Formats: sequence, C-alpha cells, structure tokens
Amino acid sequence: MPTPATHDPFAAYTLAEAYDEMFDVRAHPRRPYRKLHRELMNLGPEELGRSKQKVDLSFFNQGITFTVYGRKEGTERIFPHDLLPRILSAADWDVIERGLTQRVNALNLFLKDIYHERRILSDRVIPAEAIFTCRHFRRQMCGVKVPRDAYVNVMGTDLVRLPDGKFVVLEDNLRVPSGVSYMLSSRKVMKQIFPALFRRCGVRPIEQYSQMLLSTLRSLAPEGRSDPTVVLLTPGAYNSAYFEHAYLARQMGIELVEGRDLVVHDNYVYMRTTNGLQRVDVIYRRVDDDFLDPLAFRVDSALGSSGLFSAYRAGNVTLANALGTGVADDKAVYAYVPQIIRYYLDQDPILDNVETLLMTDPLRRSHVVDHLQDFVVKAVGESGGYGMLIGPHSSQEQRQEMRARILADPRNYIAQPVLALSTAPCFVDGAIEPRHVDLRPYVLFGEKTVIVPGGLTRVALRKGSLVVNSSQGGGSKDTWVLQN
Amino acid sequence: MLSRVADSLYWMSRYFERADNCARVIDATHSLMLNRSVVGPDERWVRALTCLGMPPDGYDDDPEAAIARLAVDPGNRSSIVACVTAARENASQVREEISSEMWEQLNRLYHDVLRSEPDAMRLVASVREGAYSFYGVTETTMSHGEGWRFVQLGKFTERACAVSLLLDAYFSGTTQADDLDWIALLASCAAFDSYCKVFTADLQPNRIATFLLVHPEFPYSVRYSVERMHASLEAITGQSPTRHRVRIERVIGRLRASLAYTPVSELLAGDFHMFLHGVLEQCRALHAAVHEAYIDYPIEVAFQS
Repeated sequence: MPTPATHDPFAAYTLAEAYDEMFDVRAHPRRPYRKLHRELMNLGPEELGRSKQKVDLSFFNQGITFTVYGRKEGTERIFPHDLLPRILSAADWDVIERGLTQRVNALNLFLKDIYHERRILSDRVIPAEAIFTCRHFRRQMCGVKVPRDAYVNVMGTDLVRLPDGKFVVLEDNLRVPSGVSYMLSSRKVMKQIFPALFRRCGVRPIEQYSQMLLSTLRSLAPEGRSDPTVVLLTPGAYNSAYFEHAYLARQMGIELVEGRDLVVHDNYVYMRTTNGLQRVDVIYRRVDDDFLDPLAFRVDSALGSSGLFSAYRAGNVTLANALGTGVADDKAVYAYVPQIIRYYLDQDPILDNVETLLMTDPLRRSHVVDHLQDFVVKAVGESGGYGMLIGPHSSQEQRQEMRARILADPRNYIAQPVLALSTAPCFVDGAIEPRHVDLRPYVLFGEKTVIVPGGLTRVALRKGSLVVNSSQGGGSKDTWVLQN
Repeated sequence: MLSRVADSLYWMSRYFERADNCARVIDATHSLMLNRSVVGPDERWVRALTCLGMPPDGYDDDPEAAIARLAVDPGNRSSIVACVTAARENASQVREEISSEMWEQLNRLYHDVLRSEPDAMRLVASVREGAYSFYGVTETTMSHGEGWRFVQLGKFTERACAVSLLLDAYFSGTTQADDLDWIALLASCAAFDSYCKVFTADLQPNRIATFLLVHPEFPYSVRYSVERMHASLEAITGQSPTRHRVRIERVIGRLRASLAYTPVSELLAGDFHMFLHGVLEQCRALHAAVHEAYIDYPIEVAFQS
C-alpha cells in the first residue's frame, strides 16, 4: 500500500476528447479546482474511503431515497452520491445565470402567446402543427389568465458542457422538475465532510432555496390574498419523488396535501383540516397536468381534486407550475427555442441548444434511421431517460426496434448527435476516475427571477456511460459555484 | 392539522394497540393451555377468539390452527400480522408527522413479524417486546401536540374496547372459570403484578373485575383508558373548537360517570354483559362523533359556521 505522500491519486486518470472539469488539455488543474486538487493530493484513498462511508451513512440515516418503477420489492434505494464536488467558476456561472434568465423569460412569453394570441404561429416562426400535435398542449388553457403571466415558476434546465468548454442546453424541464432536495441535502452533508476546504474555496450558498421558492409561490397568490396559504400537492407516499415533496414541505413549513385532502366548493379550493375547511391560495403541485382534475382531464385519476381546474380558471387558486407548460418542453418544440428567444426578446440566445433533428422532416428522418448508431434518439414527451436510444451503445435489435417506431410515429421522436459530455473526477471503488456529468440548475420565476448558484450535478457513474438519470444508474454530486 | 393526517395517526395507533392486545391474549391463553384444568382447551380458545372479536365458527379443534388464525392469517383482518401491517401502512402515509425513531421502530417490528411468521409464538414475543419500545419512543420523541393527541385517542379507545371484550368473555361466558383462568385474564392485560400489589394474590372475580374495570391508576383498566381518551379529546376540542363539541362532551362525560360512580358489586349482580356492551357502544359513538367532527365532516356543515 503506497503512503499518501507518495501516492498520486490521479495516476489512473485518463483524459479523452471530452472537456474535463478539473484538468486542462495539458493535464494541469484548472483554476477553480486547484484547492480541491491540492487537498486530494494530500488525502490518501483510505481517508477518502472513510469520508465516502460517512456521506453514505448520512444519506441513509436521512432516508434520502428514490423509487425505481417497474420492480416489485426493494424499490426504495439510497440516492447514489459522489464524494467529490463539481466546481464552477464565477465566470461560468455568470453565463449560465444570464442564459437561463433569458430562457425562462422567453419561454414564459411563448406560453402566454400560445395560450392567447398565437402571434408566433401567425408569424410562421414555428409551424402550428408542431404545437397542436404536442401531447402536452392543453386546449383548456386557451384564454386562461395566470398570475403575473408566469407559467413556468420552477424550471430545471439540463445543461451539458461540450469539448470547447461551452455550456449548451440539453433539455428544459418545465412541468414538475425534481431533484432539488438532493442538491440541498448533498450540500448539507458536504459541509460536514469538507468544512475547511469549503471555507477556503469561497463557495456561494444555496441554502436559501426553500425561502426563495416559498416567496416565489406567495408572489403568485390570487389578487387580494395578502397572507396566502400555500400547499404542496403530492401524488402520495408511493410516488418516486415523495421524499422530495415531504422535504420541501417541511423546509417551507407548508402542508403536504394529497388530492383527497382538497375540496372545491363554489370555485374555491379548501383543505380539510381538523379545524374545519381552510382556504388554499397557491398549490405547488408535483402532480402531472393529466391527473389534477378528473373533471377536466383524466377521469380515472384519483390523485387530483374534482373541480380544481374550474377554480383555477376562475382565478381563485394558483397552480405552480401553470397547466400546459409541457408544450414548451416537448423535445420537438425545444428545437425552436433559439427562434423563440429571438422572436420575443430580440436577442441572441446566450446558451445554445444542442443540434436537434426533427423526425417529421423526411430528409433528416431517412438519414437518421439509416445511421442510428451515430445518434441519440429521444421520445419527445418523455423524461427521466425513458424511451431513449443511445446509438453507439445500442444493439442491432434496439436500433431496429427504434427505426420501426420512428417510422410509425415521426412526430414522437427527435435525434441529436452523440455529445461528448464533460467529465469530472469521481471517487469510484477507491480510485479517482473521470465520469460524464451534466448540470441542472433550478430557476424560480415569480415576482422576479431567482437562480440559486448551484444545482444538481448528475453523474453517469458507470464507466463510459452517458446516461445520468437516477432511474438509469446515475448519481449526483454537490455543485460549488465560487465567489470569484 | 390535515384531517387525513389526524385519521392516519389515529388508525396507526389503534391497529398497533390491537396487535399488541392480540399478542397478550395469545400469550396468556397459550401458557394457560400448558396446564390441565376443568375447562377444556377448546373452550379456552373459543373464549380467546371471542374476546378478540372473532366469531369462533370455522375454528377446528386444533389449538395450533387457532393461534395461526389469530397471529398470522392474512385473511383475518384482526390478526397480528394484518394489524402490524395496517399500522405501518398508516404510519408510512404520515412519516413527516411522526418522529423518525417511531418510524424506525415500527418498521423494524414489521420486518421482525414477517420474518418470524412460521413461528407464531416467536412472533407474539417480538410484538410484545416491540410494543413497549414503540410506546416509549412515541412518548419521548413525538411532540405532544394535536397529532400526538390523536395517537393517544386511538390507543386508549382501542384499549377500552379490548379490555371490555375480555371482561365480557370471562364474566358473561358459560364456561366455569378457575384460578388459572383468572390469572390468564390478568395476564392478558399485563395486570397480574399490579393486581397482587392492590389485592394480594387472592384471586376473587369481583376484585378482578373491579381492578380491570374501574381502577383509576392502572394503565390497562377501562376507566383509566376512558380518562385518557377524555384528556386527549379535551386537548383536541380545545385547540380546534367545533360544532360537534357538545356531542363529544356528552358521550365521553356519560362514559366517565358510569365508570366512576357505578359500584362494581352492583354491576356484577345485575346484567354485567349489558353494561360492558354499553361501554363498547359508547366508545363506538364517540369514535363516530370524532370522525364526523374532525375527519370526514360534510362540507355543507363546514360552511355553516
């Protein structure tokens, strides 16, 4: 066993074509990572192993888990967490912050337009069929006024860094983005594990997220409700993100309600308490559109509350996010976001999109289906890494199946080139190795736009894997944004 | 507090107490079975089944089958396994309201119970152990607010009913009871030691009835349970005044008075079965009144005030 002093923890760290977050092309540590690098040179693998155990235990004790669907027993798992922080410079963060602020503003203007005047369609910036064929377009929302014209109140945009070092947007999550509880609890644990390093690095805080979320939600209350009652609506204890729902409700000090706790009377929403019915003003809903109100949407839903949509239409209750926001994160509509930004804001996008081929385009379609091994194909309405094909890592059968599916329903698929996601050092099986990462910052949009400096860095913990979704074997790491 | 949450806390606690009660009765009956006596084994199991609210039909002569039915039969909604499962199910819906220690304890017990299912008596032992831990943890780690009051209400409502049913089975049954049976009755209520401290080991039916029915300080007596129900209800109605308050107060007040002021000798001389039946009826009425006032009230009523 080599002693820590002589041991080079990075001996096996190989750089490839992807951008590495820690090392530049000459294998020198980049500026934001220097202090961590020095720390790692001094710490032996045993010590890192001990810290890793401490982190895992802490996650276990806090019950930080997620549920994997489609399996019977033991579906509740500890969220895999990597020990080493992902570090972003102030300059990187500045671009991200400005880019996301621009994006959330444009997308909210877009949603307002789509559900009211539809200027963007009559000006032929986006073909109308791209909107009306979208599974998440909600006809019921046409003409409905939402408070502050804020449709997307919580946005979780997935960013990746390309080999040239620039961040691009991989996808927008505008419906019910999750994962923020992992960001918050992971920070809490990391502060206990690396207190000195944390202080030396000058990391910007994220702990204010829950207060920011609460004040965003309060700012969306129906008119005349000066002291609004805010609740969090969960599908219930069996939902994969229940831990997060309970966590956020507790952090904000608001009630965690289920559909059966709500009563709609005369177009007002109440919750059933032991002290009688109490009016509800703002619902931070973590239930999909389809399930919110069996009278307006899916009749078989038991997760929502009858009459909720009618109360919402009447402006007596606010739902955050608004209904129908999914039309803007449809992966085919995503392809038009740069045009959307130019159209509404008359600005160039600060953060670029990933090149996206719509399978409705016959030429591109025939090219893609013949070269599936070179592309990533995604179903437009899905999230969480379901319904996705990674060309180079796929089998002949999978490609044939995908080919048939694309040809049968071209509107449902898009193709993107295979991206070399940036890599970051991870502590895996006692050694430090590079793994692919992405970044999901959380954007709050209400009275003002707020982005806490950080986000959820997701890691593809399997060697060489590009899939970071927790349902597909991904994990997370703490994200440090430096003060300067 | 949300009505659903209060309801889950109440039922978590009731089911837990029911499982514990079932374990005590099986344990006491089982050790009684080891001794010979004038009373046949069949009758004792019939009595055990009766006092756990199960009609003894379908019961065959095999005591092992009776134990299995009481302890592990998933088709029997009052079996220990079914009750522990239901308690855990309710707790999992309100994990944010109970302390993490309570959840851990309940979860551990649930897995213990499932693991020891083939051995019914081991299962009984782990429930009896686990119950004391769970009560201790609940007492010390859960904040004594409204939620805790519903936990208490569930526990003592269940207990008042269970002990009344036990008394009824031993006193109103046709079976002649001997000393061993009286010991089993006391053991079913974890009362043997406490009884001896008050009345010595001289086992007299009227004293046993007095002790289990109206002793003001013994935690398993009906009267003690009713007093605790009263205390919980006072706290609940005090925190959230409702239109049903009067009705709840009337029912609990009458129940308390009948236990506090009726001499037990008079009860035993008269129709003891009817009296116990009355206690059960009033507990049911109370449950209904609380449910209607706090949990599942019609919304028209809620808008009247």
